[in-house]
Amino acid sequence: MYYVIARVLQACLVMLCVALVGFIVFQYVGDPVLALVGQETSIEDRAALRESLGLNDPILVQYLRFVADALRGDLGISYSFNRDVADMIAERLPATVELVLLSGVLGLVLAIPAGIYTGIHRKGGWAQAIMALSVIGVSIPSFLLGILMILVFSVWLNWLPSFGRGDVAGVFGFRSSLFTLDGLSHALMPAAVLCLFQLGVILRLVRAEMLEVLRTDFIRFAWARGLPAQVVYLQHALKNTLVPVVTAIGLQLSSLFAFSIITERVFQWPGMGSLLLHAIGQSDIPLLAAYLIFVGLVFTVANLVVDALYVMIDPRIRHGKV
Amino acid sequence: MTDPLLKIEDLQITFPHRRGDFIAVQGFELTLNKGEIVGLIGESGAGKSTVGNAVIGLLSPPGRVTSGQILLDGQDLTELTAHRLAALRGRRIGMIFQDPMTSLNPLMTVGQQLAQSISILRKMPMRQARAEAARRLSDVGISDAKNRMDQYPHEFSGGMRQRVVIALALAGDPDLLIADEPTTALDVSVQKQVLDLIKDICRERALGVILVTHDMGVIAETADRVCVMRHGKLVETGDTQKVLAHPTADYTTRLIAAIPSITEREDRFRNPEPRTGDIDKWLLQAHDREEEGHFLNTTDLVKEFPAKGVSFGIRQPPFRAVDVPQIQIARGEVLGLVGESGSGKSTLGRLLTGLLPITQGSVTYTDHGDISAFRRAAPRKAFRRDVQVVFQDPYSSLNSRLRVDRILAEPIRFHGLASRSQTPRLVAALLERVGLSAEDGRKYPHQFSGGQRQRICIARALAVRPRFILCDEPTSALDVSIQADMLALLMELRRSLGLTMLFVSHDLAVVRQVSDRVAVMRKGKIVELKEAETLFQSPEHEYTRHLLSTAPRVEGHRPSNTAASTRKAIQ
Repeated sequence: MYYVIARVLQACLVMLCVALVGFIVFQYVGDPVLALVGQETSIEDRAALRESLGLNDPILVQYLRFVADALRGDLGISYSFNRDVADMIAERLPATVELVLLSGVLGLVLAIPAGIYTGIHRKGGWAQAIMALSVIGVSIPSFLLGILMILVFSVWLNWLPSFGRGDVAGVFGFRSSLFTLDGLSHALMPAAVLCLFQLGVILRLVRAEMLEVLRTDFIRFAWARGLPAQVVYLQHALKNTLVPVVTAIGLQLSSLFAFSIITERVFQWPGMGSLLLHAIGQSDIPLLAAYLIFVGLVFTVANLVVDALYVMIDPRIRHGKV
Repeated sequence: MTDPLLKIEDLQITFPHRRGDFIAVQGFELTLNKGEIVGLIGESGAGKSTVGNAVIGLLSPPGRVTSGQILLDGQDLTELTAHRLAALRGRRIGMIFQDPMTSLNPLMTVGQQLAQSISILRKMPMRQARAEAARRLSDVGISDAKNRMDQYPHEFSGGMRQRVVIALALAGDPDLLIADEPTTALDVSVQKQVLDLIKDICRERALGVILVTHDMGVIAETADRVCVMRHGKLVETGDTQKVLAHPTADYTTRLIAAIPSITEREDRFRNPEPRTGDIDKWLLQAHDREEEGHFLNTTDLVKEFPAKGVSFGIRQPPFRAVDVPQIQIARGEVLGLVGESGSGKSTLGRLLTGLLPITQGSVTYTDHGDISAFRRAAPRKAFRRDVQVVFQDPYSSLNSRLRVDRILAEPIRFHGLASRSQTPRLVAALLERVGLSAEDGRKYPHQFSGGQRQRICIARALAVRPRFILCDEPTSALDVSIQADMLALLMELRRSLGLTMLFVSHDLAVVRQVSDRVAVMRKGKIVELKEAETLFQSPEHEYTRHLLSTAPRVEGHRPSNTAASTRKAIQ
């Protein structure tokens, strides 16, 4: 319990630091007053505006105001769209979430069993083939794979749509394209492209950890006790590989969230990634700062969840023995 | 006479290799009856564990049985398919491994693991298996078994874990138990309890036990019969008492003679002939400006480790690992430090040599002053040169990427003890001094055996002309015959070079052979500190007596014994 509370406090601290970076970007990259007013505004008016915006207050006060605003969901107003940044993110978020979830599930469902299989049958033909394929998965750049898949499945075979997000349906108030067949058909290719890299990484990690664990004394002892293979592999070995695997999954999922940019671009997916590209192109500082904070939040929460999972997996952490 | 439980005939085990097959075991034979313990003894690489693994069908690939039979109740195990052999594991044959710390799955409670085994092997529903598991845990001597079921392995002590391991190995009620070094990782006093437990179970359940070990003391205490192995071959077999008292094979005689005695100080370690070669003269230069008085002295030495974690803002009190009011080591003295694991003996050694920072109190060397009060680099460097360490594990204490001559030259050059051109000659002389050859300097550490590596470690310690050496369990990782050579070398060096030593060990017999005085540690405190002979002959503290009574003894053939007693008779 103490462990979890400590981790939550640490996470809050990390978020304050991320917010500080966001604040610095927001405050010091370009002059907000210049960005707001035109050429003909007088110096007095500018000074009045500066005062009314609170830009003359001490830095700490400005920072705290920034944090308090962010907590209330007020992340400022986009220069280029002239809209509330928080609203824009909320609008784009479901598209990215569904893409990441689909690719995450796809990746794990394939990677973990394949990792276990290749770990057990290290020298088997299938295992070698899977490993060779996973090298391709890790090394092909995702834009290339995306374009190839569009060529094959959309242009040649005409099975799947090549761009955009499909029909959206709402279930329990959450509107997503995953609930319609058309939506799924749109999401499948981007999700597959997105999951391929993490598939390779997690597969290789599970395999390496399995090889490591299968060499340990307690696995030898489990064999010597006459436990059947599936019990030895799944209950004794797999569970002992989970701590590093969960860590990797947490980091992978959060980086999918943050950096699905290229895939979204290739498939014209209207998610966060497209928004970020737009913000960079337009030097939209409030949008960039908000995106930065959002990415920080995703990583922090993912790590928090991973830390909490550690405690559930490994009792030695609970007892402070590791 | 009933048929034996296990009969091994003409067993050959081969590990195929592209540069010729390696025959690990050849022409091995063994007969084991129910209710009998047969010991399998030999030094590392003798093939004793390989035999055990072959019986249970867990030879590490690519090893396989290439000829011979393993008959369990008349059924030849070498002819069974892997599948049928797997069905025998746990049900007919059980096995215990060396290290109880790593034999259990750290992520499952003890009860889960045991109940799982029972429910699978005896086809019981889980609820019933759990009740059975609790009963079995109390059978192997775990009190409060119902509550301890829900604890994880790390919450058990070493001895308790080995009890759990035994309960697990016996979950399917096998007829044959293979115990592979079951007590090697345990403290002496715990070792005796675990061996007694194995003996009791063997008698009660009419279990056949193969006890694989390198420790003659364990065999002497436990086994009915013994098989001595060397280089994969059976050297000698027979009743334990007979073999120990009147070994017929030359190797067995040497093996028994190599075991240091716990009952007396042996001549071979007592007065070695000092050597006076050139290298000894070079090494002795360190003694030129020697002052009077003790070599080192401590006052109120305390080492605390902060407790892990803070629960709800309340900091746990720190763990006091060492609390020693005073300890002195005289010049040229060997002080032995014994205790069980966790007694703080290694920590004390490290405090005295400045390897760990001190929490309270001070360590003062007469020639260097208070070691935590060095202000400048030069005196600290002089102290570091004068005080050297030989660690327990010769495998991990040498940099595997450096050639041996680099390993030895580095400290000499660092302390500026010889010019660049002189150093190779010194390195060669040092290697020869510790019993290696000068050409060995061109090899890498992995090309040496454990004993040779420990010699390199000793040479490295000597290279800077130290006057004080901390030996932290220097022979614990070595075979018994090599251990004797190593102790003889250390004693000879000590005499030739006038070294002062702190000798840390859990092995009472070893400590008796090398020490002038002995300190017994328990829970961070020294409970008794005396002249070695006085301590071993008339121990005063209850704990010292307990340690001495639990230490395994080999009362057997001992040529040095007879020589010593003859001399006593003459005097």
